[in-house]
Order: sequence, then C-alpha cells, then structure tokens
Amino acid sequence: MDLIADHISHRFGGLDVLDDVSFTVASGEVVAIVGPSGCGKSTLLSILGGLLRPSEGRAELRGAPPDNSFNPLTFVFQDFALLPWCTVEANVKFPLVHTALDAAARQAVVDDALRRTGLSDFRSAYPKQLSGGMRQRVGIARALAVRPALLLMDEPLSALDSQTRELLMEDFVRLLADGAMGAVYVTHNLEEAVRLADRVVVLSRRPGRVREVVSIPMTRTERGGIDARGKLLTLQNQLWSLIREEAIDAEREVQHA
Amino acid sequence: MPNARCSMLERAPSQDTRQDGSVPRPVAFRGAGFMPGGGRASGWIALVLVIAFWQLAGSAGWVNPLFLPAPSAIAVAIYKLAVSGALWQHVSASVVRIGSGWLIGTVAGVIVGFAIGLSTLARGVGITFISALFPIPKIALLPLLILWLGIGEEPKIATIALGVFFSTAISVYSGVDAVPRNLIRMAQSFNVPFHAIVIRVIWPGALPSILAGFRITASVALLLVVSAEMIGAQFGIGAFVLQAGNLMQTDQLLAGVVILSLFGLAVGKAINVLEMRLLHWR
Repeated sequence: MDLIADHISHRFGGLDVLDDVSFTVASGEVVAIVGPSGCGKSTLLSILGGLLRPSEGRAELRGAPPDNSFNPLTFVFQDFALLPWCTVEANVKFPLVHTALDAAARQAVVDDALRRTGLSDFRSAYPKQLSGGMRQRVGIARALAVRPALLLMDEPLSALDSQTRELLMEDFVRLLADGAMGAVYVTHNLEEAVRLADRVVVLSRRPGRVREVVSIPMTRTERGGIDARGKLLTLQNQLWSLIREEAIDAEREVQHA
Repeated sequence: MPNARCSMLERAPSQDTRQDGSVPRPVAFRGAGFMPGGGRASGWIALVLVIAFWQLAGSAGWVNPLFLPAPSAIAVAIYKLAVSGALWQHVSASVVRIGSGWLIGTVAGVIVGFAIGLSTLARGVGITFISALFPIPKIALLPLLILWLGIGEEPKIATIALGVFFSTAISVYSGVDAVPRNLIRMAQSFNVPFHAIVIRVIWPGALPSILAGFRITASVALLLVVSAEMIGAQFGIGAFVLQAGNLMQTDQLLAGVVILSLFGLAVGKAINVLEMRLLHWR
C-alpha cells in the first residue's frame, strides 16, 4: 500500500503553512520529512494520516492494505498520547477494543506487542510510573498491536534524552528491518533521518515546499556498522547545508513573532 | 590495564588534588521554605484547644450560655435529640431533599455539560443560557417554584436541583474542554468510534473536574436545603435551627449547626474516597 501526498497545500487562517507538497511513500519504505522549525512537517503528517483536512490537494492510498491490518495508517506521537488512567496493557489494548477480535485473540495480539517492545513485565504499570523512553515504547506497542502498513511518526524521540533516543532508535531499526512496515518519520533531527530513512524529503521554510528528496544509499543494517558512521555524517552534513540558512531565518522569525 | 573493555578511557581523579592551603567552606543552603508539609496533627491539637477553651469559658461563666452554650451543653442537646427520635426526623427530611435534588441536578448537569462540551450548537445555546441564569441566587426562585409546584417537597427539591445543575454543567463542560486534545486525536487516529471516545477518553479525562464540581455542588445543596427549610418546612435541619433560634434554645440551635457541619464533613470524606478510587492514576 503506497501513500501519496498529492499537491497538498494548507493554511491556518491567513498563514500559509504548506505549499503544493507532493511525494509518494512506497509500500515498506521509510521516508523522513525534515525541514526548519515551523515548516509544516507535523501538519503534513496530520494531513497524510487523515487527522486534518488540507486546504488544497489530498492524501491518497494506492493498493490494498494488508488483510490482517486493523489500522493501516497508524500514528506514533511525540508526546506518546497514552491514556493516564489505563495500565500499559490497557493502553495497548485500547485501539483493539472496538475491532471484531474476540477477547482471547485480542489478548494474544496485546501480549505479542508487549513482548516485541520489551514491556511484558510492565503490563500492570501506569504511564506516570514509567520513564519517557518506556512510555514511548508503550506508544510503539499500541501502534504495533493494530498491525499497521505504515507508521506515521511525529518526532517520536524528541521528548526523550539522548541515551534513551539512541536505544529507541535501535528498536526502530529492528522493527523496520524486514520491510513489512513502512514509515513516514517527521523529525528535526538529521541524524535520526539518515539512520532510519530510505529517502529524506527536505521541506523549505514556511510555507513548506518540497525542496529536495535525498536517497540514503545504504541498507538500515549497514548503517549500524562503525564503517558507515563517516558516510552517514557526510549525508547528515549535506542535509544540514540544505537547511541551515533557512533554519536561521526560521529561528529569527519565531523570535520576532 | 584495569579493564580491557575500557582500555581507550584514561582514568582521572574524582577530586582536585591541588594543595594551595585554602580551607574549603560549605555552600550555604538556600532552599528552605515554600514547601508546607501535609501533617494534620497541629490542626487536631488546635481544634481540641479551641473546644477546651470554649468549654472553660462556658463552665467558668465567662460567657452567657444563652448566647454561646458550652460544647458539653451542645453534646447533651444532640444526645437528647437522638434519644427522642427528633434528630432522625429532621436529618432524614433534609437528606431526602438533598439526595433527590442533588441527583436530579447532577444528572441533568452532566448531560447538558457533555452536550456543551461536544456540540457546537449546544455550546452556543447552552453557554448563553448558563451565563444568564447561573448568577441568580437560586433561593430567590423558591417563591416562584412554590407557585408552580405547590407547597410540598417539590419546590425545595427543585431549588436544590437548579443550584446543583448550573455548577455541575459548568464543571462538566470545563472538564470536557480540559481533556487533552492529543488523546482525542490519538483515539481518532485508531478509528475508535465517537461513542467509545466519549466513554473511554472524554469521560475519564473530565472526571477530575467533574468530581471537583461534586465538592462544590454538595455544599451548594447543603446551603440551599437549609435556606429552603428555613423559608417553609416543618421538618429538616434548617427548620429545626430556625425554630430553636426563635425559641432562644441556643444549645439546640448549635446542635443543628454541628449536625450540618458533620454532614458536610461526611460528604467531603465520601468525595475524597471517590477521588482516591477513581483518580488513583493521577
């Protein structure tokens, strides 16, 4: 199942946020979206995931989703969006309650998602008892439970400290390794973009336009090796040089706002 | 080589080993205050001291018992009321009025509050009416309600229900508004149906505000029942207090006040228990 951004433009009141953004995310592909602050990355993701109606253009799906998927387009949120009154297990079960699964099958799916994210021992904990990294693991387990075709990840690591970020990045690499699941990964962190993505869509400053689409010429497994570090750093620097001037302008604009 | 895995890392001393003769001095602590503790012992001690002083003032004849009877006289009055059965007659009349008025007002308030929180049309209409009617002291409507509903229990219950309704509706729609939008968007992103979002996200998310509203409406109900009973009732704590005042039976009057205070405390405790059970996740 491919996800297509088809000439998407969006404005909030008189403010143009996105301008004629088009690209395709092929089945199983990981596409990172980067750009200066306020360029409309998260707005674009909301439009792609059907949570926001664009002013112009549209988000399209091509091809059938996997048969066993309960929610082909599934978000992983920056602030985790966990229900604080539910345990870890109940949070993971939450999106399955209204599906046709019977209780036993639902429990099996939840157990599997908890196991894959290393949360089996924390199923009875409440979100407030968990660290930021563990909370995001719950968010990921909840997303995995609905067997998505495509994860829509909105800066999923930006609320976490750098060590936790590193650990979760390894989890993402592992989860996306077999290509069964694609992802749109919105981030301002270029290191995350080059570590995870097959392609990186670089947006210009507001109103966000597609400025460049860059391919990362390595498999995700290769990128974990020490030899690849230098190459990834070069790619990261190239992306930064594309964004730097506009990021400076965007920052000044925010400060003057 | 102390550790083969860390062979690249050179160990450094954890403390400055320079000896220049200067004597280290402690960093002055500046973080005191602004953190009142949760201990309740001082409160109980103060209460006991005040009651003891009050008792002493009464026993020693410092104050006229007609104006301020001693606590022991109030306790005796409560005991006599309990033994004679009059206490239960008055308390049960008030409890029935408060219970039914509070329940009707709360159910209506929760329904209207949710409607205002979830629907644009209901918000437009509801907030306009609530803004206009909320400031009216509800007890002022009692004569009108007596005209409409007769002189029985109905106008008193209706007065309490009205008072409870407005506060409940406001706390419910404020609670619905306060539910983090990201949780609703999360539920929508998983295609959770509207009714399930209301039941499983908005209701628990609004519950802290709703329960805080219960605390307010319980005291509103108590205030209104006493006022309504003072205006026109044969039985009920309000009627009893008024009657005692008219007969200059100050010990009975204060017995009624103590019972009201105990009732208020009991309701507060019940809401505490409810909060601990339902909001343990906070």
